[in-house]
Amino acid sequence: MKAHLTRRYMFSASHRLHSDEMSPAENWATYGKCNNPYGHGHNYSIEITVSGQVDPQTGMVCNLIDLDGFVQEQLLQRFDHQNLNLLQEFAGAVPTTENLCISIYQIVKRGFHKAHLEKVRIEETTLNSFEYAGEEGH
Amino acid sequence: MVYLTRKAEFSASHYYHNPAFTLEENARLFGKCNNPNGHGHNYTLEVTVKGAVDPKSGFVVDLKQLKDVMNREVLDALDHRFLNKEVPEFLTQIPTTENIAIAIWKRLEPKLRSAQLHRVRVYETPDLFVDFYGEA
Repeated sequence: MKAHLTRRYMFSASHRLHSDEMSPAENWATYGKCNNPYGHGHNYSIEITVSGQVDPQTGMVCNLIDLDGFVQEQLLQRFDHQNLNLLQEFAGAVPTTENLCISIYQIVKRGFHKAHLEKVRIEETTLNSFEYAGEEGH
Repeated sequence: MVYLTRKAEFSASHYYHNPAFTLEENARLFGKCNNPNGHGHNYTLEVTVKGAVDPKSGFVVDLKQLKDVMNREVLDALDHRFLNKEVPEFLTQIPTTENIAIAIWKRLEPKLRSAQLHRVRVYETPDLFVDFYGEA
């Protein structure tokens, strides 16, 4: 039987939305107060959904010890209490939550192979959320 | 097609253990969930049904009937129980959130009238949930 398992993680980080390809006026018009040069921060809620057959021996789609360990090491230790603009993922990209969602999807897809990654969902605030499920079949 | 979701809560205890594995393997695989004395959760269940809106009633499903089935088939059996010892499915299966979602689907699906079961979602905690869509 195939089931989908979703695990939620939290991290806090700062960012500034600014594109070098736009003038200061265009940046302000596009990003508004998110363009504040000093940056600002959020508590991000990350939901990672994986799927697969439920292993009859363990009753699990994937062992949470493995998923938690991967996320702790590859995501939370790198992203939590950091300035996203300074991370290598955003050297050439604006750290919008859209781009953050794609980056996190790619990190999990590349490095975690114990279950099929379905999607990544991020709440930047309780009012904004974003989902990315890769490009296959979309 | 309209989707309707009804939520319910139940509290139960469980532990994870497979007698086919050694004690060490069980401890390594299941960590603190392997404590044989059990531990508990407040589970949240979301049952989503789908169907066409009945032109006479304006309903996808008779919500009273859905609530009655959920109460009788799921909550009466699982709420305030030790899942491993008191619920037939879990005498032979480990009561992981995955298996709980599948068991709830199997309990509800044959009993629902008019609407079609779409998804069973079980939250073990606010940070962990499983979706089952009846897929093989």
